[in-house]
Amino acid sequence: MRVLQAPLDEAAARSLHAGDAVLLSGVIVTARDKAHLRALSMASAGEEVPELQGATVYHCGPIVQERNGYEVIAAGPTTSARMNMMGPRAVRELGIKAVIGKGGMSKETHDAMKERGCVYLAATGGAAVTLAEGVKRVLSRSWEDLGMAESVWELEVKDFGPLVVAMDSHGRSLYEETEARVNERMRLRAEGKL
Amino acid sequence: MIIMPESWEDIVLRLLRAAQTRLPPDVKWALEAAAAWESDPTARSQLGAILDNSSRAEFLVRPMCQDTGLPVFFVKGRIPPGIEASIAAGVARATAAIPLRPNAVDPLSREVSGDNIGSGPLVHCRPSDADYTELSVLPKGAGAENMSRLAMLTPSDGDDVIKDFVTRTVLQAGGRPCPPTVVGVGIGGTADACMALAKEALLIPLDQENPDPRLRRLEEELFVALNSSGLGPMGLGGDTTVLGVRALAASCHTASLPVAVNLNCWAARRASVRVHSDGTVEYTQGAFP
Repeated sequence: MRVLQAPLDEAAARSLHAGDAVLLSGVIVTARDKAHLRALSMASAGEEVPELQGATVYHCGPIVQERNGYEVIAAGPTTSARMNMMGPRAVRELGIKAVIGKGGMSKETHDAMKERGCVYLAATGGAAVTLAEGVKRVLSRSWEDLGMAESVWELEVKDFGPLVVAMDSHGRSLYEETEARVNERMRLRAEGKL
Repeated sequence: MIIMPESWEDIVLRLLRAAQTRLPPDVKWALEAAAAWESDPTARSQLGAILDNSSRAEFLVRPMCQDTGLPVFFVKGRIPPGIEASIAAGVARATAAIPLRPNAVDPLSREVSGDNIGSGPLVHCRPSDADYTELSVLPKGAGAENMSRLAMLTPSDGDDVIKDFVTRTVLQAGGRPCPPTVVGVGIGGTADACMALAKEALLIPLDQENPDPRLRRLEEELFVALNSSGLGPMGLGGDTTVLGVRALAASCHTASLPVAVNLNCWAARRASVRVHSDGTVEYTQGAFP
């Protein structure tokens, strides 16, 4: 399986195609609903957002235990669709070239991904222990006031995955293709042809 | 009088640890069977990651998913006095000990309570004259719970409209509830009772035959229809969309036909205990109503 250096740059993102399976090594950061809201309101105010700028963003609210420093216990993806409203701006204004999550994102977000050279990597929902094994250490925690799930955790990862390229920068989306196939099969079924 | 071998608080902690770290055996078999017959390569990789994750979680005694959910409890048979307070204390202890993610927040301020309880535990009581108390827990993750739907159908709608509603609910949810899901279907009752039935149906092991032949047929037909849809694990395409369909029915008003759908993600977590009057205790990972 291909191992990519995180954070991904545009060239790496553009080299990926829907269906490719990859692992990530390097640095990724978690961000969910509240972190996106905060980042975009900072961007609207003309402020820099060093926490997320150019990052490979992971839609994840991990379980982190504080013993000798922070230990990530479980870290699977959360539903990316909740970030749909903020997706296009996050891609265009924060220079994000890779998003990791589950379930996929809106067409508007995919349009921004095509335009800026960004990919959506699907992590297996619920595979929280396997994915946590790929997290080597917590580098920093930002926006602690948002709580454990919503804080921005900067994570050093090695062979993090498996991840599937589900929405590529060339316009293909496995979710769209699946949805079209499902609708076609349901239509055939309704007509008694399947 | 029931002789208690250990406190209800300790039992709650034990149930949560089992539910969070170990897949119920019937769910594991369903996943293994699905991985064996799945024809789509991406779907096979998803099912492989799920099975790999489940063995690691069991071995390391860690929650299999970071969304440890909100714990929903069912108390049946004899209702012990003070059970609500014991459940709250057990959940708070489990949150620190397992550990669980502190998911409970105030719905408006979104402030985190930190103990997974907040305004009070979620408890359904089904009192009866049985000489035991059965306590079950379903930790409900938000991805699956957010896809719940209730339809107040018209009595003349009949079976086909029921099946169509369930099918559309599951397919429109796409990858969001983390398929392959377990589909809980409630038919009848009132709006609130119907949704509770759909949730209670998720406690039933997948390998238990439904004693009601009409419901058994409905479960089978929905299972085949949903798995031929092509939605697949995580909505990425494939032959495995649901691991099972479980349905429960109850009497309803002659002018009503409520139907509810409550989903469980593939991490169909559940644990139950029966504490008998002689003090014997039976732990299981599924319960039939």
